[in-house]
Amino acid sequence: MFRLSCKLLSKVATSDGHGENSPYFDGWKAYESDPYHPINNPEGVIQMGLAENQLCFDVIQNWLMNNPKASICTPEGVDAFKEIAIFQDYHGLSEFREAVAKFMAKVRGNNVKFDPDRIVMSGGATGAHEMIAFCLADPGDAFLVPTPYYPAFDRDLKWRTGVQIIPVVCKSSNNFKVTREAIEGAYKGAEEANIRVQGLLITNPSNPLGTTLDRETLKSLVRFVNEKNIHLVCDEIYAATVFMSEPNYVSVAEIIEEEDIECNPDLIHIVYSLSKDMGFPGFRVGIVYSYNDRVMNCARKMSSFGLVSSQTQHMIASMLSDEEFVDKFITESKTRLAVRQQYFSMGLYDQVGIRCLKSNAGLFVWMDLRKLLKEQTFEDEMALWKVIIDEVRLNVSPGSSFHCSEPGWFRVCFANMDDKAMELALTRIRNFVLKNKDIALSLKKQCWHSSNLRLNLSSRNLSSRRMEEIMLVGMMSPHSPLPQSPLLQART
Amino acid sequence: SPSSSLSLISHTQQLSLEEKVSFIKLLARQYTVNIMPIVIEQPTVGLSKVALSKTHGEDSPYFAGWKAYDENPYDNTNNPSGVIQMGLAENQVSFDLLEDYLEQHSEASSGGKGAPGFREIALFQDYHGLKSFRHAMATFMEQIRGGRAKFDPHRIVLTAGATAANELLTFILADPGDALLVPTPYYPGFDRDLRWRTGVKIVPIQCDSSNNFQITPQALEAAYQNAETMNMKVRGVLITNPSNPLGATIQRSVLEELLDFVTRKNIHLVSDEIYSGSVFSSSEFISIAEILEAHDYKKSERVHIVYSLSKDLGLPGFRVGTIYSYNDKVVTTARRMSSFTLISSQTQHLLASMLSNQKFTENYIKTNRERLRKRYEMIIGGLRSAGIECLKGNAGLFCWMNLSPLLDEPTREGELALWNSMLHEVKLNISPGSSCHCSEPGWFRVCFANIGEKTLEVALKRIHNFMAQRGKEIRT
Repeated sequence: MFRLSCKLLSKVATSDGHGENSPYFDGWKAYESDPYHPINNPEGVIQMGLAENQLCFDVIQNWLMNNPKASICTPEGVDAFKEIAIFQDYHGLSEFREAVAKFMAKVRGNNVKFDPDRIVMSGGATGAHEMIAFCLADPGDAFLVPTPYYPAFDRDLKWRTGVQIIPVVCKSSNNFKVTREAIEGAYKGAEEANIRVQGLLITNPSNPLGTTLDRETLKSLVRFVNEKNIHLVCDEIYAATVFMSEPNYVSVAEIIEEEDIECNPDLIHIVYSLSKDMGFPGFRVGIVYSYNDRVMNCARKMSSFGLVSSQTQHMIASMLSDEEFVDKFITESKTRLAVRQQYFSMGLYDQVGIRCLKSNAGLFVWMDLRKLLKEQTFEDEMALWKVIIDEVRLNVSPGSSFHCSEPGWFRVCFANMDDKAMELALTRIRNFVLKNKDIALSLKKQCWHSSNLRLNLSSRNLSSRRMEEIMLVGMMSPHSPLPQSPLLQART
Repeated sequence: SPSSSLSLISHTQQLSLEEKVSFIKLLARQYTVNIMPIVIEQPTVGLSKVALSKTHGEDSPYFAGWKAYDENPYDNTNNPSGVIQMGLAENQVSFDLLEDYLEQHSEASSGGKGAPGFREIALFQDYHGLKSFRHAMATFMEQIRGGRAKFDPHRIVLTAGATAANELLTFILADPGDALLVPTPYYPGFDRDLRWRTGVKIVPIQCDSSNNFQITPQALEAAYQNAETMNMKVRGVLITNPSNPLGATIQRSVLEELLDFVTRKNIHLVSDEIYSGSVFSSSEFISIAEILEAHDYKKSERVHIVYSLSKDLGLPGFRVGTIYSYNDKVVTTARRMSSFTLISSQTQHLLASMLSNQKFTENYIKTNRERLRKRYEMIIGGLRSAGIECLKGNAGLFCWMNLSPLLDEPTREGELALWNSMLHEVKLNISPGSSCHCSEPGWFRVCFANIGEKTLEVALKRIHNFMAQRGKEIRT
């Protein structure tokens, strides 16, 4: 009999670097073994641990039905089949790159332009992050990453590359904003441990916080990397999910063009994808946009390991070059996200006194359940999380899986379900809190600061129409690509 | 003042070094002062060793020929004296079959008219892959092997192309600095795919024309010893069957010897069977899967098969690669790693539909084989009448042509000089054997399935004329 010992596989293969032993995935497994379905399994676990954007498929499907040439399989589009099927040039279809560059600019309010020739493809943002790590760092080198951060960075940046992550700890006392002191501290720590820091990775808008970096902080980060001559990688995968105009979204692309900033463009790299903004995770459209020519050229060669299917490039090129559609989509998507986020976070607050971090972007809220912990420990966080899955029947993601330094925070996704499921989630939370007197008591003890969007509302049935009116108040500004409402005049 | 301007220019980051020097020279002329440029260079920010290395392999003549073609591509109407591309192993002989299928089955489109299921497809990012697609791939692979081997859909891992599959397997089977043994001549892309980001080395198993480039036990052992001498740990053997660039299948006895060898050494065997559907006669291809089946799968945990639709179906743009491993841990790990290189769900959906239609696939496989065989016979016949012999082939999209009698000197330089003539005088892009690490100079890979019949006729005519001219030169 053949004895295959573990030594026959590589160190990479036998390591835990795939990251699947994290609690982040345990919740998914709980969901998968008992998934909620409105008819077949109404008691099942509602998935709120998956940051997906499912709010605008009707808009997209409508476009597809009116544009059969975007597909190479329809009678209208099949003429292009052969040419597309043999196209494997790692530069990518030029129309694809142009359309993506235009889209990225629109999402940033056309405050910047992107050069289509700098667009490099990758196997989703997952592939992009790994590719960038391979380009910028050797095994043993490190990236600084502010916490809390997306759990899969541990796999994407480290697994096959041998690169390390050094966390930059952010605290709730200042709403988890990254500070110069924290970064300097982390950098110094690395130096003392003889670890070479090759770059700083930020996610803006943030996952899991749902917040965007303000202009001053972003500038200070750009100054920092220039001082240390290290790279700045900005993951802007949630750029089009910024649903509030105050604070507005500022991309690193804008910062480096400002006059009062001296920035070496060779240090700046953007990771992007259509998985969140468009809701297309299955299509694996990842983008590396580097201002450094050598990195761009190297990444392009590496993209051979994760090119975007030419069939998908063709469709995306078609879709995103339709400027009217894109404008409509971006606006509609933001509106729906805003309504969803406000409905959920205000529902939590008004009905059960649960607060979320004030956010202006993303497909999730960062929920504060610290008051529900008996002791401020991660063991208690895990215990509470188990209760949420088993009794409240919601899969949410515990802050520890995001390397949050403080226990008691949970990321709750709201854009991957319909209105009914969202209502049900709120109902379950409410019922759970009512049933558990000690929990209700802990929550009552919180002192709240009123949010500037809080109005006197009946706490039970918030009709979505009323919610839309409320939402529009906080969001209008000349710079926001959101629809102007006559209500704006009435209230401000 | 000149000095403050100088200082300003030196410190600005907006200019490149060359630009700074030009500005300074301009300044010097203006002020008629002899200025020594004091340019303070910005420290260039560090990139990784992987990024700075040349292991991406693009400096090989394999790619230089492609560039020559890109700059002056043949077109029978607009550019009849352009370079004919015979260095690209693509299969374009059977597209009409695919197009016909699509026209008759427009529900195969995701996002076509009616767009049913678009949402589900757009959201599908499970690294297990679309179940219907995996099943269709397993069935397709069985059909190609005439049902002589069975494939379990649960062992199929999907990657964006065979490029990704080969790299991924290497990450799993070997550590940086370890070696994989690969028989020569081999596909030039392996230098990048197996080595670049993985840090793994390739040690060649030298094969030569004395026995039609077949792998011998002696050559295997010699390569293994060679690696040991260089202090490299050998982790596996990687073969391509049918072979690129030879265009020939590996014999049963050789496969048995290979399996024996890797078992004795306790290492892996990777069989890249990307051309398995391009064998001209079905019965002549023996997959490693069949050997394992004959052994009741006793030695199978060390065997892994790579496949792709880029050659057999002619769909390189769609990035469809698979790893089929008989080792559970490899399957699980490969599946996790495939996160970096998943196949677009849109493409999985389209192909699941197409490949599940067994009537279509049976007809396609049969027709494709026949057309490739005809094309092969055409080129072999044409070359022979020009006085050129090729290795006896039975598969693939290319033939392995022997031009060693034409070399000025039996060296790599001689081969490259001849290659240059072929490219710039005869205007044919063919691939020199040295780019495939062939140990004997004078062999060339010539692709015949990526061009139309008429273009092939033109190419053969050019070769004929070239040989006739050479003949005259030799006689005078």
